[in-house]
Amino acid sequence: MNTKTTICGFIFFYLISFLMGEESITVEELLKAMDANLYAKSRVLTSKMIVHGRRSSRTIESRNWVVGVDKAFTEYLSPPREAGTKMLKDGDKLWTYSPQTDRVIQISGHMLRQSVMGSDMSYNDMMEDKPLTDLYKATIEGSKMIDGRKHWILFLDARVKGLSYPKRRAWVDAQYLLPMKEELYAKSGKLLKSTSMDGVKKVQGRWFPSRFIFKDALKRNSKGTEWVIDDIQFDVEIPNTRFSKAMLRK
Amino acid sequence: MITFLTKGLLRDRSRSLFPILVITLTVTLVVFAIGFMKGTMNSLLLDTAVILTGHEKIVTRAYNEESQLMPNDLALLNADQLIDDLNHEYPDFFWTPRISFAGLLDVPDENGETKSQGPVIAFGIDLFSENSRQAEIWELDRVLVEGTLPQNREDALISSKLADQLNLSVGESVTFIGSTMDNAFTTYNFNMSGTFNLRKGQTDKQMMLLDLSGARHALDMDNAASAILGFTHSLYYDDDAAVTLRTHYNNTKSDSLDIFSPFMLALRDGNQMGAMVDLSGAMMAIMGGIFLVVIMVVLWNMGLMNGLRRYGEVGLRLAMGESKGQVYRSMISEAVIIGFTGTVIGTGIGLALTYYVQENGIDYTKGMEALSSSSMVMPNIFYAQVTPDLYYIGFIPGVLATVLGTMLAGRAIYKREMAQLFKELET
Repeated sequence: MNTKTTICGFIFFYLISFLMGEESITVEELLKAMDANLYAKSRVLTSKMIVHGRRSSRTIESRNWVVGVDKAFTEYLSPPREAGTKMLKDGDKLWTYSPQTDRVIQISGHMLRQSVMGSDMSYNDMMEDKPLTDLYKATIEGSKMIDGRKHWILFLDARVKGLSYPKRRAWVDAQYLLPMKEELYAKSGKLLKSTSMDGVKKVQGRWFPSRFIFKDALKRNSKGTEWVIDDIQFDVEIPNTRFSKAMLRK
Repeated sequence: MITFLTKGLLRDRSRSLFPILVITLTVTLVVFAIGFMKGTMNSLLLDTAVILTGHEKIVTRAYNEESQLMPNDLALLNADQLIDDLNHEYPDFFWTPRISFAGLLDVPDENGETKSQGPVIAFGIDLFSENSRQAEIWELDRVLVEGTLPQNREDALISSKLADQLNLSVGESVTFIGSTMDNAFTTYNFNMSGTFNLRKGQTDKQMMLLDLSGARHALDMDNAASAILGFTHSLYYDDDAAVTLRTHYNNTKSDSLDIFSPFMLALRDGNQMGAMVDLSGAMMAIMGGIFLVVIMVVLWNMGLMNGLRRYGEVGLRLAMGESKGQVYRSMISEAVIIGFTGTVIGTGIGLALTYYVQENGIDYTKGMEALSSSSMVMPNIFYAQVTPDLYYIGFIPGVLATVLGTMLAGRAIYKREMAQLFKELET
């Protein structure tokens, strides 16, 4: 009788799942799958940031070396005014070097949440990389079809203090397992930023977008910033010297 | 008749000298007091005008919406052409570009590492142009504490409070960290050529002044300006004229559908400045009105006393056959001559005195320094102001009050009984 009930239960569950068209995936599995795509121990990338200002748009090209959330080094390649400017992040400290002044200047930690080059991205958006599973506890709020593709709606709530976005809601593509659209919130629930991604392709066996779009909700009349990844390598061995202040002047 | 009366007044100084002196003195007082009050009120407004608003300010419509954020990405472009047009069309004002920006000032140690750092609010003002009056209106010669005025675009003046806070000395280099007009990150080295103290409380606590060319270079704002400020040549703020000009400009030159269209603001359109302008106008009217009434009462009384003092003389003239009307009219004519003469002299002296204080001011620096810890923005030299109304305001008490007093006193002439005259004259 018990075996019969169990079998019936399983059949009923799979039937319901089949009818609803939903696969059985736990929230932990979803987060892990997203991390497997987005997170790497280190990454080296060349990117273009297209800042859509209120008068004109600017394109800023840079090369980044990133290890986790603590270490990041950025060198700006163009336009000429920004070329040669370098930034080093080590923990909550940020140093910048500009060839015009030939100075290495430490910028206070709160600047890490400020806009990079007038864009809608913060230094943290650009320079941080840590697994979501370590930072957030998540719940699945449901699913939705967007452009004919199934997306899970995920709500993430910070499990550690001091995050730039203590709450976030993500629309995760069920096939790519990437947050194609996200809303990033303050602790109070105020919307701070919205992001989206596209141009997903396979890079080193993982799905990764080639373009992000950031929109700062606190900037009035913001037209958004595109972040186009031209080239990215994951889990590259980056020597520690890359994250030394001496590299800023080189 | 007038010649006859004038000669009489000149020959009998007991009748003319004292009244003319009193009228001269009171009219001088009226003219100077009103000129000084107007000048003082103007000084209060001028401080704000010089630092923030101008008598008129032109910005883009979008900049005006977010002006608290100093959004230089919304600055005016092609500013030089705009200023040429303004100078041509509105010659009653002189127009000057201004770049206002904020950021951090970083002071290096001997190894070029950050020694100290602090927030700064900087103003790029036109110091180097041939006909620029910026050094004059900022009174840079007077407020300079140490060092020299900027000589090139890399030079900057830093407020003595900020220099103390950052432990900076004249001649040291400081790095500005901020954003360009395109919101790009920028760093720029300035040489601290000197320090200044505006002596206006906390106003200049984080202030840096530099030439417009330096600001344009540092912020990539070629031929752009955060704002164009307009000042009257006399530096006297006429609210009605400013509001009329602002309305005319915005109706004819500004496109409400274009957020980058230039938009003019009168001084009163700034934060709470409208209330300040109205308040100063009301205070002027009340204080000036009370003062004028008091002076009129004094002169009225003098006219009255003058008439009564000549009781015996009037009696004698009536006894000799002059008609009451003739005596009355001659006394009023004398009052007009005395009032007019005293007023003209008093207005002349009052205007001269007002003009002197307009040009030189009265220095209250020491008294104001005691208030320097407060956040109140106060001028420390008070200037008077010669305005058109000072040329005629003295005639109200000088002529009108004197004549009215005499007219009142003269009514007694008609009450004199001819039969009683000789009896009165005997005593």
